[in-house]
Amino acid sequence: MSNDPRVLPAMTRRDLVLAAGGGVLATLVAGLFPLPASADPNDVKKWLSTVASGTPTPGKITIGAPDIAENGNVVPITLSVDSPMTEQSYVKSIAIAADGNPLPGVAIVDLSPANGKAEVQFRMRLAKTQTVTAVALMNDNSLWSAAKTIKVTIGGCGG
Amino acid sequence: MQGVASRLLVPSTAKKGDVIEVKTIIMHPMDSGYSKDQNGKTIPREIIETFSAAYNGKQVFKMQLQPSISSNPFVSFFMKAEQSGTLELTWVDQDGSVYKNQAQITVT
Amino acid sequence: MIMRQRTGLIALAAVTAIVLSWVFVRPVASATDPSVAKYIVGDEKSGYVYLDAQTRAMEDDDISNPGFLWVDKGKTLWNTVDGSAGKSCAACHGAAESSMKGLAATYPKIDPHSGKLIDIEQRINQERTQRMGAAPFKWESQELLALTAYVKLQSRGLPVNVATGGPAHQYWLAGKQYYETRRGQLNMSCAQCHVEYAGQHLRADTLSQGQINGFPAYRLKWQTIGSVQRRFRSCNVKIRAQPLPYGSPEYVALELYIASRGQGLPIETPAVRK
Repeated sequence: MSNDPRVLPAMTRRDLVLAAGGGVLATLVAGLFPLPASADPNDVKKWLSTVASGTPTPGKITIGAPDIAENGNVVPITLSVDSPMTEQSYVKSIAIAADGNPLPGVAIVDLSPANGKAEVQFRMRLAKTQTVTAVALMNDNSLWSAAKTIKVTIGGCGG
Repeated sequence: MQGVASRLLVPSTAKKGDVIEVKTIIMHPMDSGYSKDQNGKTIPREIIETFSAAYNGKQVFKMQLQPSISSNPFVSFFMKAEQSGTLELTWVDQDGSVYKNQAQITVT
Repeated sequence: MIMRQRTGLIALAAVTAIVLSWVFVRPVASATDPSVAKYIVGDEKSGYVYLDAQTRAMEDDDISNPGFLWVDKGKTLWNTVDGSAGKSCAACHGAAESSMKGLAATYPKIDPHSGKLIDIEQRINQERTQRMGAAPFKWESQELLALTAYVKLQSRGLPVNVATGGPAHQYWLAGKQYYETRRGQLNMSCAQCHVEYAGQHLRADTLSQGQINGFPAYRLKWQTIGSVQRRFRSCNVKIRAQPLPYGSPEYVALELYIASRGQGLPIETPAVRK
């Protein structure tokens, strides 16, 4: 770059800390009065039971997602289930829930052997740091589950 | 409602038995019913409720969407190429509007 | 006493910020990472470099990049007849892929008719009002965003190439002055964050150089595509300064100055940004 900016009067570290700290405090205060409220853990169970009732066994399903979301508005999620996806053995449905959003349900996906591969990608909203749970229903009516905690941070400028 | 523009990408040709990826995105605000406009008024819920894909008329994928799905929903899934035909995608809005997109796949 | 409490509060805030940064800061791609190499030119780093791998992947794929929904709409508008002259953009310019190639990389630039600096959005509206006899699109309307994104896409991958000398120089100086002037209740200038503290952490984020080579860009925060001037306005609001109206001469000059800071970076429109 040919035009180097001139040296500026330095913004003091105090300016930066005040700006950042103020935002952090505001976030903490906002956290005490979440509006709207998060989903009840029972709501999550209820929603997941819309796929099938029963107690899922942890395993077979993988939730691919960032550990820390770039922005809670758009969190890329990849769900994959370990299944041959043949007529003999396939995934019928996958339900996904989020315990920190106002409504627990995120999506229900219906699959069949026609898919050849049990993998689906989409993008979801996360109102705050929370645990995302996925339950897969197989054609033999077995239920498998996975959970992943995804952190949601507030951006540098509070956005 | 301007949410009708969509994009769909599938391979135009595939070998029989190949598992191919279907990627699609549609322009839609997916208003959750929990956010507010600049005047502090709640924006009413307005979402796409279901997305489905049919190949030669037979359903190969279905997704029920909730307000936790991001704006301009992107979905990717897989399907097994068995014969040439038409893949038709259908999105159903809560207001009853139906949006469609389709692609031809030649299977050799 | 008040001073003492305040110091305590500042210390608390500082500790909180540092702890949060340590726990939550996402890694920024290293400059030697081949996946970001083409977005780094000399000391200049596109906003792309500061994104998570997942967000970079979102931008890289023209189906997964939501900005292309507006590009498609822009293509339709390019071919749509509008105004009293009964013409579309395509009627005079033919295929945008060839006629618009590289053009947007040179904006903002001096309009030879008026001698004033105009940006690409203003140029599109000038064509509409003066050549097509059509009404100008409103700033930040879906139509103007779509057509701008479509026109600018034709320069994707080409280097930013704005003129800063000759008649443009006074505008460049005005833009530089705006960039370096403290404003708002936080009394901060653009340069403090994007030059002086670029690369350092502010809470969970790493401050970028504030390059604009990807605009109009799809911001995850907005969940829609937005113009560079919308970005300026939101930056102004964040430092609690009064945002300027869209199309203000100050903002157009600012566009020129910031574009010159990223001279040579590839045009990325429609980029995906935080």
